[in-house]
Formats: sequence, C-alpha cells, structure tokens
Amino acid sequence: MSSQRTLIHGLILGAFCLGFGMLLVMTNAFTVDDIAQRALEDRQNSLKQVIPDSIHDNNLATDTLTLKSDQGNEVVAYVATREGKVTGVAFETSSPGYSGAIKVMLGVDPEGKILGARVLSHKETPGLGDKIEVKKGDWILRFTGLSIGNPPLDKWKVKKDGGQFDQFAGATITPRAVVKAIREGLQFFDANKARMMEFKSSNTAVSGAGKAAATGETK
Amino acid sequence: MTTDYRTIAREGLWSNNGVLSMMLGLCPAMAMTNSATNGLGMGLATAFVMTSSSVIASLFRNSFSQEVRIPVFVLIMGTMVTVVDMCMNAWLHELYKVLGLFIPLIVVNCLPFARIEMVASKNPVLPSLADGFFMGVGFTFALTLIGAVREISGSGTLFSDASLLLGSTFKFMEMRILPEDSGILMMILPPGAFLATGLLLVAKRMIDERSAKAAQASAAPSVA
Repeated sequence: MSSQRTLIHGLILGAFCLGFGMLLVMTNAFTVDDIAQRALEDRQNSLKQVIPDSIHDNNLATDTLTLKSDQGNEVVAYVATREGKVTGVAFETSSPGYSGAIKVMLGVDPEGKILGARVLSHKETPGLGDKIEVKKGDWILRFTGLSIGNPPLDKWKVKKDGGQFDQFAGATITPRAVVKAIREGLQFFDANKARMMEFKSSNTAVSGAGKAAATGETK
Repeated sequence: MTTDYRTIAREGLWSNNGVLSMMLGLCPAMAMTNSATNGLGMGLATAFVMTSSSVIASLFRNSFSQEVRIPVFVLIMGTMVTVVDMCMNAWLHELYKVLGLFIPLIVVNCLPFARIEMVASKNPVLPSLADGFFMGVGFTFALTLIGAVREISGSGTLFSDASLLLGSTFKFMEMRILPEDSGILMMILPPGAFLATGLLLVAKRMIDERSAKAAQASAAPSVA
C-alpha cells in the first residue's frame, strides 16, 4: 500500500517535471536567436570603440585568431582588414585591480600604436576607481596614439611609480593596474605581431567586393 | 481566508509588506539596491515571478499531494525564474547586464515561496493572483524605496539610467538631487544597504505606531 503511494507521488512529480520542462524548451526556442544576437551585438559594440569603422571592411566579430599569451592563457584577437590587408587588431588584456581583475579591450594598429582602449569590466570602488570607465571620465582616452617607445617602456607607469600617467585622487592601484594591462597588451602584440599580420579574412565575399569597388574606381 | 481584495492589497503593499514587515527576501533587497532603478528592475522581475508562480501553483493546487508539494513549488518557481531570465536576456538586454547575476537568485527568495505555501496552494486562482501581484508590487515598492534612499545619499542622483529599464520616454525620471561628488560613498557600498534598510524599518514602525495611536485616540471617546 505504502509503496503504491510512493509511486503515485513519484508519478505526480514526474508529470510536473515533464510539463515545466516543456515550457522551458518552448521559451528557449523563442529566445535563443535573440540571445545569440545580443551577445554578438555586445561584442561588436566593444570592438567598435577600439577599432574605428573607417579602417576595416570585414566583420570584426567573426574574423578571429586564437593566440597564446605568455601566461599560457588563450587570447582571442579580432583582426581588422581592409582590402585583404591587416589594418588593426583588437584583443582583451587584463590585470588585477583593487578588487578583482580589470578587463581592458585594446585596439592596436600594425605599427603598434593604440587605436583605442576601453575598460570592459571591473569591480573597482564606485566613485573612486570607476573613473577608468569612459562613461565616468576621459582618463582612458589618453592612451590613444601611444605605443611602446612613445613613451619609452620605463615610463609606462603611473606618476607615483616614476612613469608618465596620472593617477587620480584617492586611487592609485586602479590606474596602475590599467596601465599595466595596456603595457602588457602592447608587449603581447609585439610578440605575436607576425602571426597577426599574415591573417587572411575569412569573409572573402566582403573583401572581394571591396577589391572590385577599388579597381572600379581606378578605371 | 477572506477574498477581500482590498485587504489583500493593503497587506501586500503596506501592513504585511514582504521586506518592511515580514523581512523576507532581504538578500536581493540589500544586494540589488545601490540605485533606485536597480531596485525597481529587481522588484518588477520578482513581482512577475511571484504573480505567475502563484497563479500556476493555485491552478494545480488539487493535483499535487501534500507530500510532494515542496518540490513542486520549487519546480514552479525555478521554471518561472528561468523563463524571466531568458526573456530578459533576449529583449531587455541592457537591464539584464546589470541584474543578470541576481535573476537566478529569485528562486531562493523566501518571499514567493512563503506566499505560495501560505496562500496560493490553498486558494482559488483569482485571490492567489491578487496576493502574488500585490506582494510583488509591495516588494518592488520596498526595493525602490531602499534604492532611492541609497542613491540620493550615495551618489546624489535618483533613477539614473532609468531609460535603460523603461525605454527612452522615461528619461525625465533621471534626476540629480545633490551636486556631483557630494554623496556619501558608503551608502552605495554594502554597509549602506544595512543602514538604509534599518532606517526604513524604523520609519515604518514609527508610522505604524503613530497611526495605531491615532486610531486608539479616535476610538477612546466612544468607549468612555
């Protein structure tokens, strides 16, 4: 008798699981495309900020190259090409800040000059360390156009450490971490430059059309 | 159990408010309220989960046995939370980036669970819907209030980024109350959550006490 009751409870619970499982399957089917689209848009938005639209004619988010950093981590590089030639590379670099890693998206041109740098995510103190966000201040914009050599490598530090970058009032650790992330990003670029430069765009249709348009103009 | 909707509404919104009276669901109430907009968003998501799971629990109240009711409640809430999670990710993505981490936590919020166990599993659909809805709105009200207190004192703004949540027509809600950099930073950090919640609890008790005294005073002459 009691085993029969147990069976009934099991069946009731099983039926509920089946019903709600179906509901989840349906919701997933409705939203899966939109969610993938949002993730792609997110990536494109952060790439757009560090690689100007004018220097590439390929789809940055899909033309990627997976490289190994010095620490052995995999780094995905988004390669910008124009008429088949590499015009810039964007990749993520990070460094531990005051609380947790600060992730920076860095765009670099073939000469190693910074096209743009943006903080993707951080957990720094609101009101003090968050001035590294482009929404809260223009501090991060000063890196545009710089490279290793301009300033020299030993000046790639905050002023407190004898470098040339300003820290902000009440926060030294955060800017120090960002400067370090960007410096290491540039060194990573130098180390992997050869592989990045020989990249061929997989969107041949797009780059082919670009070429056709270019030759059309010369005629 | 009465089906007096005015009583249900008053209990949910004020006299038996989830956060300010029952003190349930304090984890999201404190973790997600560093701005009024975040509090509002978290509250609305919770209100939706509460209303829908109350309705579903009430619909099936005669089909599950007493022994398996707890797993079934968990199942109902887990499903609704996942549905909200996926829908927000797809269609309210900006807000999802702020709240996304906390949406799955609604499932361990005791408030919806308590209301299903106490009300929805014993009552017809409509009163359960009303209870879930008003409890949810009361929760939203409490979270928005805590968020507003913390945001005004901490960063000097009110409803900043509300247009991300409600659409660009609600841009007018974004206000600056105090001049820039004059806020008390601590209020938007975790300790501020405890301070703001505590002060609001005190405020609610004082208001209740005062209205109880007023009711007593007006009742006293008739007794005498």
